[in-house]
Amino acid sequence: MVRRKGRAVTGTYAHAAGFYAGDRPRIVTSRFEHADSYSLERYLATGGYQGLRKALARPSMEVHDEVKKATVLGRGGAGFPAGTKWGLTPEGVFPRYLVVNGDESEPGTYKDRLLMERDPHQLIEGCVIASYAAGLSQCFLYIRGEMAHAQERVAAALNEAYAAGYVGKNILGSKFSVDVVLHWGAGAYVVGEETALIESLEGNRGMPRLKPPFFPAAIGLYGKPTIVNNVETLSNLPWILTNGAEAYTAIGTATSPGTRMVAVSGHVKRPGVYEIINGTTTFRDLIYGDEFCQGIRNGNELKAFVPGGGSAPWFTPDQLDIPFEGPQAGAAGSMLGSGAIMVMDQTTDIPAAALTLTRFYAHESCGKCTPCREGGTWLERILRRVVDGKGTDADLQQLIEVGTSICPGDFPHASSARLGLAAVPFPYKMTTICFVGPSAYTPVHSALTLFPEEFEARVTKRTHIPVTAVGVGE
Amino acid sequence: MSRLNDANVALAKEIIARYPRPKSALIPLLHLSQEQNGYITNEAMAHLAELVGVTSAEVYGTASFYEMFKFEPVGKYVINICGTLSCALMGSEELLHRAEHKLGVKAGGTTADGLITLEHAECQAACTEAPCLQVNYRYRFRVTPADVDALIDDLRAGKLSDEIPAHGTLAKVRQHIPVDRGVGAVAPEAATTAPAWFDGKAAL
Repeated sequence: MVRRKGRAVTGTYAHAAGFYAGDRPRIVTSRFEHADSYSLERYLATGGYQGLRKALARPSMEVHDEVKKATVLGRGGAGFPAGTKWGLTPEGVFPRYLVVNGDESEPGTYKDRLLMERDPHQLIEGCVIASYAAGLSQCFLYIRGEMAHAQERVAAALNEAYAAGYVGKNILGSKFSVDVVLHWGAGAYVVGEETALIESLEGNRGMPRLKPPFFPAAIGLYGKPTIVNNVETLSNLPWILTNGAEAYTAIGTATSPGTRMVAVSGHVKRPGVYEIINGTTTFRDLIYGDEFCQGIRNGNELKAFVPGGGSAPWFTPDQLDIPFEGPQAGAAGSMLGSGAIMVMDQTTDIPAAALTLTRFYAHESCGKCTPCREGGTWLERILRRVVDGKGTDADLQQLIEVGTSICPGDFPHASSARLGLAAVPFPYKMTTICFVGPSAYTPVHSALTLFPEEFEARVTKRTHIPVTAVGVGE
Repeated sequence: MSRLNDANVALAKEIIARYPRPKSALIPLLHLSQEQNGYITNEAMAHLAELVGVTSAEVYGTASFYEMFKFEPVGKYVINICGTLSCALMGSEELLHRAEHKLGVKAGGTTADGLITLEHAECQAACTEAPCLQVNYRYRFRVTPADVDALIDDLRAGKLSDEIPAHGTLAKVRQHIPVDRGVGAVAPEAATTAPAWFDGKAAL
């Protein structure tokens, strides 16, 4: 089936902290058992650059078609198919650029760093294949600033790849040429948003651009068509070109083919990073399964979990049997985001847990949109007051009012049999350009909706005067 | 002297040449400057402005957006203790208190001897290995309060100076594109037609 050559590889490796191989098909983590998986020598010995060879033997249009047939869903958060994204560039406008999003920083997420540190050549090969297929003339590989080791590994791999002719001028003796330039950030979560990433790459403050009307595929880096792809997304391409789209879609489900990297952290017995079969593995499998996290620590009860990174509305044990699959998680009131599950057991102080996430997003607001800049800080301050036991019930109303000014209308949340609540499906409406503002409200809304008693027990009663009532209509 | 030295100017020019617009090199150059001086000085920003052809205000505008650039001297070692959800669930608050107590400074402060700066950080992308911290952006996983004590003792005793370079040095390996192998920056106005190898995109 997949490159396992009959050997069931289980267990973990000292050189890949947190990674558990398991007995499952592996596409992007196939080399992780090798301590030297990052070297060109090991990469070539394990089928490396074969996908590129096969790609260059075919017209670029066919390579694009192969990737499109594989339906590689973007792994950065939005889940948009890469092949379709490549097709959105306007006809006849050149040059086109590739920007690789390696700015992994969504709370809970740990996969791209592992892929960059453990298999940088796989990523580089993916970049070169994407450039060929989509007619991209220069590639910028943007790595999060705080990831010194990943930067070193990718730099060393690029130096090897240039010397060996896999990147740069006349790749593998063909007429195809592309530079892959290593670029790195300096600490700003919002830069993970693709238009902010482009701003940052232009040497500016990393603030998102207004979109629509123009998405980066039409007007991106230096105003030219630009494809922004996530590290994990591109890391799938060598395998797809080597083994074919059909082999890829044979794994997973029709709507979510292939595999997917998922990090599960928090109060589980065996937190870890797992490459799972896409679309079929349920949250119960991931949290309680023997080959995954093996249950909650100390035999405790599960209280709640964040299913898709800090930006995702929370789930409770009611949602455990939902598969890790985009549309189903969406209908249930949340999203899969960047493949990150954070698990909270019965000992968790829910308002305090929500505060750590809201503080994160308030801190990371770039300041461009008022609802996020002001609202995030308000949410953090009010929530801190509540957590510190100095809050009133008016504060709880205020949290909702501030949140509603960032996200008007019904905010998505999970169903709860305990509270008699029906799910409100994802997504939300928003008054900000990007998702940082709504994300500051998400943990507050989830915590307040699913665990209202934990807030009510903490606040004192006071008459609430809605801010909108003051000075309005007089 | 906080302008880039000659060796770093050569490196800066190599980096700038990779980009279609010089300003794109600004963040890498700010890192280079911080590597040389330990933090970003006004004089350094004026020099970078000359190198990439913008005003020093624009350099400051960019630099001040990013968490990693320091505008005042910091310790030789900057310890970042993560406080976001996964780490918080696994006890990172206790780590921060322990470090504050041991160092005698609050988060954000630097020890009187200038050796260590302590910071409360946000998610460092090692959530399964919580609680985690970084020293000059080098990871420590599944950290206990006793580990924090030992780490600080080791830093003070100079035992980690090989493993962890002084603050400012990020990656110890740099990309170098060989002159005969590189394509060179593709300026946005350079190409107006499809590259030679490209034969159009697949049907939607």
